[in-house]
Amino acid sequence: MTTRPVTRRNAVLGITAAAVALARPSILHAQSTARVVVVGGGFGGAACARALKRAQPDLQIILIEPNAVFTSCPLSNEVIAGLRDIEAQQFGYDKLAAEGVTMISQAVTAIEPQRRSVMTTDGVALPYDRLVLSPGIDFHFEALPGYDEAASEKMPHAWKAGAQTLLLRRQLEAMEDGGTVAIAVPANPSRCPPAPYERASLIAHYLKTKKPRSKVLVLDAKDNFSQQRLFEKAWKELYGDMIERIALSQGGRVTSVDPSTRTIITEFGNYTPDVANVIPAQRAGRIAEIAGATDATGWCPIDPVTFESKLVPNIHVIGDACLGGGIPKSASAAGAQGKACAAAIVALLANRAPGTPRLTGICYNTVAPGYGFSLAGNYQPRGDIFAEVEGGATSPVDAPRELRAREAAEAERWFETITADTFG
Amino acid sequence: MAALINVPAKAKRGDIIEIRTLTSHIMETGFRHTADGALVPRDIITSFTCRYNGTEVFRADLFPAIAANPYLSFFTVAKESGKFEFEWIGDNGYSSTASAPITVE
Repeated sequence: MTTRPVTRRNAVLGITAAAVALARPSILHAQSTARVVVVGGGFGGAACARALKRAQPDLQIILIEPNAVFTSCPLSNEVIAGLRDIEAQQFGYDKLAAEGVTMISQAVTAIEPQRRSVMTTDGVALPYDRLVLSPGIDFHFEALPGYDEAASEKMPHAWKAGAQTLLLRRQLEAMEDGGTVAIAVPANPSRCPPAPYERASLIAHYLKTKKPRSKVLVLDAKDNFSQQRLFEKAWKELYGDMIERIALSQGGRVTSVDPSTRTIITEFGNYTPDVANVIPAQRAGRIAEIAGATDATGWCPIDPVTFESKLVPNIHVIGDACLGGGIPKSASAAGAQGKACAAAIVALLANRAPGTPRLTGICYNTVAPGYGFSLAGNYQPRGDIFAEVEGGATSPVDAPRELRAREAAEAERWFETITADTFG
Repeated sequence: MAALINVPAKAKRGDIIEIRTLTSHIMETGFRHTADGALVPRDIITSFTCRYNGTEVFRADLFPAIAANPYLSFFTVAKESGKFEFEWIGDNGYSSTASAPITVE
């Protein structure tokens, strides 16, 4: 822990801390060991907290997460399509607590970088030596007139797993055969770039099985997308012309919505589908903004070696919220970043120079049961961002169905592994 | 693909209305080379015009730096019912037209 001159402000903080210590003896020990506070218990934050505790057990690691149960986005498209129960997506924090990570079930209300202090809803101020923010995404509602929290009850985004996932599933189940399901896809950067297309695929699978006269309409703010040739080949092979995609240059960009009539308005037309899955543009989670760690893009610029914010000292930002450059925003990338950030923090606290991380991100897409493909990439810091380096691989476009089946099984195993690694 | 046009079907006299157009075109810059070193010849749209009941209300010159599938959005004042006509002209004798009606009340 660094020493600071005793000022009036620090003295006051000391008194607050002492009062907290009385109320919560398990949280605040004597200040001899360094304390790292992690905000956000998703794939990034949970992996980081756990890696910190394992690397250096005498560190005080506090993980602040308001939800007692985490619901995973990866594989949640299968829940929407009725292929999986939501319970299979849910994980608790008991194992992290058992390993010595202090869990605080609160939301963060304020961050004071000068005092190195985090405030939570119950009014407690937690001092830190290093703060890690893993807040994921929030929606950029202003960018999509007509869409807000209330509209998402009629036109679900299902882009944060949980109640929204189940709402979209119920809407699909309630739709009559012959209906149209529209998916509005935002431009990049956004969480998990190939996921809208996996979703279109799995919804088509559900419709083909249960409501074969229906169709899926993808209204896209992009011309090209991740693993496009693999998706398009699979769509043709599995679903014929059930999935129609209107790309950016065909007028597919959604400019506003009208939830009262379930209308999606694009630059060149209006659509009134029976089910409207509207995925708005995104930005870093609210907490990053509270901390002052976001720039004009809405995301968080970082030093890619340490994940320390370029805007606020002693605050690290990992996962979907950070400007990762070439790294797609995914669970796998967030977990890798969480671990690399933990290693950098351990080094920084010991006054050692942090090593240069090499991250691997992998993303599986399941387009039907037993039909999957993947994209794996390696990334290293280059300048201010991460750049892709050699060693990556995408599934071949022309491959026998056995390979697709094997990759679908691998996707399941990947999920079991990453969730066991993070929460198990 | 034909051009995409978005003109409001109805407007009040004096309203400022937005017009959007998008046409699919490769917009080849003329600066690129193939793998064996040959220059890829320039093939771009060079000019766009919009006429409102015969009167030109908007014109744009396009250059190699403009991306494929040029998207143009502009504003005009709704004066009378009638027709908007659009014309794209380019290299190699390229020419494309479209039109959209408007009712002004």
